[in-house]
Amino acid sequence: MSFPILSLMLAIPAVAAIACLFLSAPAARLTALVATLIDLALGVLLWTSFDVGGAQWQFVEYAPLFGRFGWALGIDGYALLLIVLSVFLMPICIGASWQAIEKRVPEYMAAFLFTEVLMIGTFAAQDLFLFYIFFEAGLIPMFLIIGIWGGVNRIYASYKFFLYTLLGSLLMFIAMLYMSITAETTSIPVLLNYDFPASVQTWLWLAFFASFAVKMPMWPVHTWLPDAHVQAPTAGSVILAGVLLKLGGYGFLRFSLPMFPEASASLVWLVFGLSAVAVIYTSLVALVQSDMKKLIAYSSVAHMAIVTIGLFAFNAQGIEGAMMVMLGHGLVSGALFLCVGVIYDRLHTREISRYGGLAINMPRYAILFLLFTMASIGLPGTSNFVGELLSLMGTYQVSTTIALLCTTGIILGAGYMLYLYRRVVFGEIKSEEVRQMSDLTPRELWLLVPIAAAVLWMGVYPESFLAPMRKDTQILLARIDRAKPAGDSLPTKGTGVVPAAHAETSAHGSAH
Amino acid sequence: MDYAANLAMTLPELVLAVGAIALMLVAAWGGPASTKAVSWVSVAVLGGALIALTGPASAGGDAFYGLYRADAFAAFAKVLIYIGAAVAILMAPDFFRRTAGADLRPEYPVLILLSACGMGMMVSAGDLLTLYVGLELQSLAAYVLASFMRQDTRSAEAGLKYFVLGALASGILLYGISLVYGFTGSTMFDEIAGAYAAAPLTGSGRSLGLLFGLVFVFAGLAFKISAVPFHMWTPDVYEGAPTPVTAFFASAPKVAAIALAVRVAIEAMGPAEVQWRQIVIFASLASILLGAVAAIGQQNVKRLLAYSSINNVGFALIGLAAGTPEGVASVMTYMTIYLAMTLGSFLVVLQMRDADGQPIETIDSLAGLSRTRPGLAAALAIFMFSLAGIPPLFGFYAKFAVFYAAVQAGLFPLAVVGVVFSVIGAYYYLRLVKTMYFDEPTGTFGAGDKLEGGLIAVAAVFVSPLGYLAIPALSAWTLAAANSLF
Repeated sequence: MSFPILSLMLAIPAVAAIACLFLSAPAARLTALVATLIDLALGVLLWTSFDVGGAQWQFVEYAPLFGRFGWALGIDGYALLLIVLSVFLMPICIGASWQAIEKRVPEYMAAFLFTEVLMIGTFAAQDLFLFYIFFEAGLIPMFLIIGIWGGVNRIYASYKFFLYTLLGSLLMFIAMLYMSITAETTSIPVLLNYDFPASVQTWLWLAFFASFAVKMPMWPVHTWLPDAHVQAPTAGSVILAGVLLKLGGYGFLRFSLPMFPEASASLVWLVFGLSAVAVIYTSLVALVQSDMKKLIAYSSVAHMAIVTIGLFAFNAQGIEGAMMVMLGHGLVSGALFLCVGVIYDRLHTREISRYGGLAINMPRYAILFLLFTMASIGLPGTSNFVGELLSLMGTYQVSTTIALLCTTGIILGAGYMLYLYRRVVFGEIKSEEVRQMSDLTPRELWLLVPIAAAVLWMGVYPESFLAPMRKDTQILLARIDRAKPAGDSLPTKGTGVVPAAHAETSAHGSAH
Repeated sequence: MDYAANLAMTLPELVLAVGAIALMLVAAWGGPASTKAVSWVSVAVLGGALIALTGPASAGGDAFYGLYRADAFAAFAKVLIYIGAAVAILMAPDFFRRTAGADLRPEYPVLILLSACGMGMMVSAGDLLTLYVGLELQSLAAYVLASFMRQDTRSAEAGLKYFVLGALASGILLYGISLVYGFTGSTMFDEIAGAYAAAPLTGSGRSLGLLFGLVFVFAGLAFKISAVPFHMWTPDVYEGAPTPVTAFFASAPKVAAIALAVRVAIEAMGPAEVQWRQIVIFASLASILLGAVAAIGQQNVKRLLAYSSINNVGFALIGLAAGTPEGVASVMTYMTIYLAMTLGSFLVVLQMRDADGQPIETIDSLAGLSRTRPGLAAALAIFMFSLAGIPPLFGFYAKFAVFYAAVQAGLFPLAVVGVVFSVIGAYYYLRLVKTMYFDEPTGTFGAGDKLEGGLIAVAAVFVSPLGYLAIPALSAWTLAAANSLF
């Protein structure tokens, strides 16, 4: 395709961001909304014109602008889905900030639009260093968003966010330099098929791991996330949980697995071990939180651990499941942060104990919140069910123990999410202030209903989302199959005649 | 080679020297009234020297029997030096006009011209004597410039401190030069390189005289580039000197001293690469670490930028440690981008004045600058993120280039330790951004000068992502410059 649609998707928010800086607050809001909606339209166009099952890399653009590296863009199915997720959440973020942000609106909108540019760029980059630039540059607007418009402890949180992620990324940067010098190319598609010696792979893998594990975030380097989430404004949390956390998973999928298959296989124990700890530990931590945002932040860490085990399962179920969890979690956690934002805007507190009985005076809110709570638990029919089931199925083939440990995360997840929901929504109305709270406004409905629709769509008909990445998963598996670790689940073959009762159950099972 | 050809190759220095002497006469007869005219003519003289570089001065080869080299490397360094010098002249009048008790005198641009002439000699040196003469011409002019605000005790202290420590550094350098001369029998770079190649440098029979000479020469040069452990004069001098002079010190002489160090390392002592690499690696990492850690507690912007310049010199030395043409090219790339970032930062510092126009230097006074002067705050934030090496700003490419060279040369531990230390540096650059953007405004600065505003904008655009478009030209040019040394 000759029309540079990806460059256009980058240019529109970039131009709008600069324009915002020179506009008044209402004009900046409108500009940001229009720009993000245009990008959403372009994203939809991108999705509809993406040739499912066609060439691996589509919408390719290349211009050797920068000497040692070039302006190389192009997307496969994974990148497509994550770009669509980004452009889908962005107008919602702008809408969520419509009234909540009152000071320095033009700068706020510019920061969000720059974030959008950098996110799309990260997913679309086909050049190692172009990827790094977009990936790393995302720190600057996020640092400003947390630091300027954040809560009381915003400065500590913004520093922690920035320096933590910077340290991780810099080690990856050195690894990238080594790769580009050894392979004599910076093109990601070429590097995907370049074989580094196994001994070097381990070092490179660890350097990339340092970056992506922090971004992901994996236990024990997750501690920046609760701070950043709690202090960030609502829309900042949405974008952080919705898209920025996906950069880690995308990095594993794009770099660690296909570029260093042997190292990935030999270090599966590390990923699995950390993920299993993360699922159980952060779920337990989430159970005892008294701050709603912190609770959701810890639940994000647990969900991301399901992503990492799925990715490193080395089979189609695991990888596709991980992608589905990423997409589903992007929608659901974003929506949950919006739900918190809705009641925070009314009562200005995130303390769970201050709320109660919202079902009485905010019925519409209670319904939507219930939907997202159920989706977060992974109820069948919602997006997270598909992803979590596939991901755990994939993991089961490699390690039954890890699958067992990680499945407890779903039970614990049900525990902390239902506990949260019961305390906030059910029961008697706690105080006069709570009684005064009004139900969702039309603007808030416009923010939550599209996400709810997407969550159900993903849960009921996941094929729309699985189809674009199916071929990429096959290519990836063909690449990493040689290093595939032996699984410890050894199903034995059936013994011939199937009793009638069993046939019934198996037919029942396949209907799922 | 005839005399005319020799003179043609040294034309930039001739233009500067003749211009400086003529302007000195104008200054002597015209007095303070001629300041403005002398300043503008000085900038024109620098422009003339820049034009003179296009001739044989950039590719003529050796002049005066190898004492002076007119090659692409020298030409590249000189372009940076002249730009730095011109900006230092342009930013001075407004500063001195507003600052009470300090008058700009016509000697200021003349001294900068003389200093620039000395720097030109330094980067073109093909012989230890040319090197020393150039270095002293540059330094002597700089000592006077540091104490240009005669009524201000801090300025006088800065000048004296700079002079005493600079003299000590010159002594160390001269001692090294004498050792090298004594053990090689020559002051010419080519012959010194031959002697180093022939002499045993390792094992029990190694030539201690040559090694000591090398160590002392590098120690002297480390003083001039203010690399750790010879950096201690920098914060005091940068703080005390008038801000335009500080900007000058942090830009042009730094470029010149780094270029000189590169030339001596590659041309004169190339065969002893293994030996000097240890020194360079130590100085590099120590500078990055100390420049980052010591800057954390600073309250004065100029002191902070002084530590920042120490930190940046450390990064530039990573490229030198690689010792390859790519490494040298990366050093020159680094210095080009560093020049823009530093001059831009100091131009912003110049705008920090209270309502009466008196300069303020505390970091706290920047609080809430993004509210009161959004454009200025955005520019300084760009410079700070760029100095920290965060993409997409152009400062990232500077670090990219030096680390690329280091990894290419196989210096992985150096590269890894270097990037880890750079996170510490990021902390204090962020602190300035935090002060400007997160804190509430405490006061406002007086209005700025149009010319300075324009220069800030130019520097900010160069450092912004738009600067990446300059990479192909910059890489080709720096690589051509670097190849002329090998």
